[in-house]
Amino acid sequence: MKNFFAKNGPIISTYFLIAIGFWIIFLIIIPQLYMLDLSFRPNLPPLLRGGEEDVYTLTHYKHFLFGSETSKDAYNYVDLKVFFTTLATAVVITILSLCFCYPIAFYIAKIAEHKTARLMIVSLIVPFWINELLRAFALRILFAGEGVINNALINAGLMDNAINFIGQDVALFTGLTYAYLLLMMFPLYNSLESLDTNQLEAAKDLGSSTLRTHWRVVIPHAKAGIASGSTMVFMLTAGALATPVVLSSPNTFWFTQLIYQWFNMNDNWSRGAAYSVLLLLVSVIFVLLMMKLFRVKVGEIVK
Amino acid sequence: MSADVELQNISINFGDFYAAKDVSVMIKKGEFFSFLGPSGCGKTTILRTISGFLEPSQGQVLIGGANMSGIGPNKRPTSLIFQNLALFPLMSVADNISFSLEVRGHSKADRRARAEELLGLVALEGQGDKKVHELSGGQRQRVAIARALAIEPEVLLLDEPLSALDLKLRQKMRSELRAIQKRVGITFIYITHDQGEALTMSDRVAVMNEGRIEQVDTCQAVYEQPKTPFVASFVGENNPFSGEVTACNDSRVEVLCDGNKFVAEISGNDRQDAQKLAVGQKIILFVRPESISIKNNRSKTQNSFSAQLDSIEFEGHLQNLFLTTASGNKVRLSVPNAEEIDHLTAGQTMNLAFSAQKAVVLPEGNLAVD
Repeated sequence: MKNFFAKNGPIISTYFLIAIGFWIIFLIIIPQLYMLDLSFRPNLPPLLRGGEEDVYTLTHYKHFLFGSETSKDAYNYVDLKVFFTTLATAVVITILSLCFCYPIAFYIAKIAEHKTARLMIVSLIVPFWINELLRAFALRILFAGEGVINNALINAGLMDNAINFIGQDVALFTGLTYAYLLLMMFPLYNSLESLDTNQLEAAKDLGSSTLRTHWRVVIPHAKAGIASGSTMVFMLTAGALATPVVLSSPNTFWFTQLIYQWFNMNDNWSRGAAYSVLLLLVSVIFVLLMMKLFRVKVGEIVK
Repeated sequence: MSADVELQNISINFGDFYAAKDVSVMIKKGEFFSFLGPSGCGKTTILRTISGFLEPSQGQVLIGGANMSGIGPNKRPTSLIFQNLALFPLMSVADNISFSLEVRGHSKADRRARAEELLGLVALEGQGDKKVHELSGGQRQRVAIARALAIEPEVLLLDEPLSALDLKLRQKMRSELRAIQKRVGITFIYITHDQGEALTMSDRVAVMNEGRIEQVDTCQAVYEQPKTPFVASFVGENNPFSGEVTACNDSRVEVLCDGNKFVAEISGNDRQDAQKLAVGQKIILFVRPESISIKNNRSKTQNSFSAQLDSIEFEGHLQNLFLTTASGNKVRLSVPNAEEIDHLTAGQTMNLAFSAQKAVVLPEGNLAVD
């Protein structure tokens, strides 16, 4: 601490401490602790809060697992299904995003001329000036039953009946992959950019095919970027709300929509809090497990 | 197996800029051949052309008599050692060395055995399991050599691989490289801007400037019988005197440089070139710093001139004297440290001499810039 002050001077040091302290304490720790606390309390009308009935309980977590007391099912199949579908879909989206971004990021980082690379980066960023909700609606217009794509294909005589892009969740997958594309692209680009181009040439000179060079040289080098991008895309996708609301089929329900319902429509904040805590906890555990599986350290992600 | 490499009229241009212009050279089988030149002279371009990373705009590369046009670097019988070595940092030393075998589908045991064998060749036995970053600079150098030799290339290409090492290690690696080349017996093509490196290791040297080859010769010939003013001034230290020819025949040239009459003898090898000289022609006479001596009564050398002493520089085994002639020509001469020169003081005028055999007369041309 003394060193920190000596190195940065009193003004900058104090600013850092206050800014970071405020961020961590007021924007992360306090709200999350409040949520955690709320999730263990019964859902009571305002007048009864703090009264005799306001005691810690596991009722919301039980509800997530076993459903309401009046339900005949052994487990809360509906919510559990939504929960695991959301996680599984987020995994698929993350993989899609990675597959989509890797070649582009590699091209920008290692192959494109300086000018082309800059143009490509700009054209990647500019669409994201449009807000997430608008982008989702734009995709809806493209994919709707009488939307741009269907109309174009039918008018061109390529097919007779419209494809149900939204019902098949094509629109949802596209929208989610697109929504967090940059969060995969930039960590990937950063780590690929730092690869010494001579390594690629050395591998080639030693007779390696392009595929093997990527497998043995490029991907190991970019591992931290891949991990960092994948973690972010997974977390944000699992926690997305706007895109699923606009683009998911009537049968597909995103877990965040469930949380939203408990908070807003059912006015059951403590159950909403419990569901949020569950989503956060399981997502974090899942990410840590994946990192262990692929032998990535947390420190590497921020490299 | 070893192969010869022939460059036939190679030109490489990027728009109007010619990185190499009409380069032709025949590199013999099993030879240690160097391209020597200042940075930007096109030597790296030539190396990349031989290895297949660049296709020449004109001309062709023949390796072992086979035309290499359209054949990629992964299909040529060459291996390249990069300036920064380009070892794979996330692989072990053994995996680095046997990467080319892995690519070709050799079994794990096979790869391991070959890696050990090559580690032996470069004196790194038992270091196969280490990571690249655990090795010292010189050891990494040797791993790069071993990796390049693993596929048994017919030609090994080296792009200034010693430039990152400190002086002592560099000198040690020079002799090691030479020894390895002798042992494996394949053609080595070496790129460097360091004439010391080129002269100590090579069988023959091509001196390059601005995309062209100025001279291809043995190291000694390049040093003692330079063919162009560039070679004379780039390889080693040299003192140029501009002037013109006053008389010449087959065996000697007389020139007049700033009022000094000098004579240069022409050795057998240079007769043909000397015939190109004519009376009245502008020339540059070169004489090496170690060939100039301080004139005394015993001196029997034909050529003498006087100059004012500016400074003396101590260089360990030598002392360098820097002088200026009356016409403003800078002259440098080197005397062995044993020689007694304590009595000399800056500002004094000295009489200097050099023999006609040690002088080289060349038609006027561009000098190397320091």
